[in-house]
Amino acid sequence: MARMKFLCDADRCIECNACVTACKNEHEVPWGINRRRVVTINDGQPGERSVSMACMHCTDAPCAAVCPVNCFFTTADGVVLHSKDLCIGCGYCFYACPFGAPQYPRVGNFGSRGKMDKCTFCAGGPDPENTQANYAQYGTNRLGEGKLPLCAEMCSTKSLLAGDGDIIAKIYKERVAKRGYGSGAWGWKTAYRETIAG
Amino acid sequence: MTLHTHIRTALGAFAILLAVAFVSPAAAQAPTTVNPTASSVKEEQLLQELNKITGRCTLPNQTACTIEQPAGRDWREFHQVTLRWIAAISIIGVLALLVIFYLTRGMVRLESGRSGRTIVRFNALERMVHWMTATCFIILAFSGLNITFGKILLLPIMSPEAFTAISQWGKYFHNYLSFPFTIGTIMIFLMWIGGNIPNKVDVEWVKRGGGIVGHDHPPAERFNGGQKMIYWIVVIGGAAVAISGYILMFPFYGTTVSGVQLAQIVHGIVAALFIAAMLGHIYIGTIGMEGAFEAMGSGEVDVNWAKEHHKLWLEEEMGKGNSRAKAQPAE
Repeated sequence: MARMKFLCDADRCIECNACVTACKNEHEVPWGINRRRVVTINDGQPGERSVSMACMHCTDAPCAAVCPVNCFFTTADGVVLHSKDLCIGCGYCFYACPFGAPQYPRVGNFGSRGKMDKCTFCAGGPDPENTQANYAQYGTNRLGEGKLPLCAEMCSTKSLLAGDGDIIAKIYKERVAKRGYGSGAWGWKTAYRETIAG
Repeated sequence: MTLHTHIRTALGAFAILLAVAFVSPAAAQAPTTVNPTASSVKEEQLLQELNKITGRCTLPNQTACTIEQPAGRDWREFHQVTLRWIAAISIIGVLALLVIFYLTRGMVRLESGRSGRTIVRFNALERMVHWMTATCFIILAFSGLNITFGKILLLPIMSPEAFTAISQWGKYFHNYLSFPFTIGTIMIFLMWIGGNIPNKVDVEWVKRGGGIVGHDHPPAERFNGGQKMIYWIVVIGGAAVAISGYILMFPFYGTTVSGVQLAQIVHGIVAALFIAAMLGHIYIGTIGMEGAFEAMGSGEVDVNWAKEHHKLWLEEEMGKGNSRAKAQPAE
């Protein structure tokens, strides 16, 4: 079985936000919620760098550990999903998440912080069927159709890689060997406790 | 200078030119690696410097601009392990101590029996504020404990849907009852601050063990040393849980995710110790001491109870001659 991961080759990211747009459109993510976002560090200064980040689908996911109602589960592909029917919107997964992935509709409106929403690795929710109800809650299940996450598919510079961890790590290593430099796989040490030499 | 040397010089110069012309491009064609992002920030360096990675993003939700904060793992450790130990040890510990104490000491009896005469101890407003705060506290305590211990204790014995329903309602109660609880805490602070400033009488009271351990009755004013302790636990603990709670309820108004994590740590620890302390308060106010519950029940205590436990207060009240003490028909 594959172990699905994201890898952002930060030397290639040009902050075009195609991944963000692709994600929002594919899943009709509501206004105010961003399952994926691009952040530019040291923007406008020498040495600026852009990184695209979403849920990294961590090994031993902190969100799942701290959830008071155990609404998270990890699929056979290593994708971390959650049930919005069980989520109570307490916000704890956001406190624990190293990547700021969990988002809430109506954040800050006390008592009614809605059900948490986050990247599903385009794998839908607990029910793999692409029904209208599932779509409204979680978005499309592209993985179930044999497709990879749309953010990586749409990446204009192929900076963002999504797929089996071993395969995307191999692609990245080949790139680094060929071009002679690389800044490493951002977030991998935090998410998977492993690094790819840059 | 001969022609020969002229030719030799010219040839030499030509040879140098040739060397420059051919060698330089040859050097440029050798495989070099130009890293265009060599001067860019590195993940490792950012994490070592700040322990988080934040940049600029174009989203209205500016908290989304933080893309990495490994400190979440430390908070997870606190929430899953440390807090559970603190809460379990303090709450179960106090319960165990109370059971042992009750079994050895039993209820603190009225040694001189009931006089049949009563004196007003807490008026209607005081009792209303007390019970409003107390009711909120109990619901807040249970719904809070559910967040920390529910999935270990309740989830195994019910369906996930039922547990979610309980927790969802618990969350609503926890959030909304925080307002009357906060108002109650503020009113308790204002209503009883006058009688709760520690003084020499309390030192003597504490030295004599508060009369709890033996059968001593050290003199006390309206509030004895133990009650003053409870008062300050409620005021300071209440303020701490209220402030940290509102930070959690209104996240990101002036706090970052690390601020919210800190707020939850304070909220969890203070609440656990608060619950443990209140167990002691509930014990002494009910089965721990004869005649004590009436103070918050009907609001009137037996004069003999006041004589034994709040001698100085009773003398003061009697001295006022405002006839707040009234006779009750003997039964």
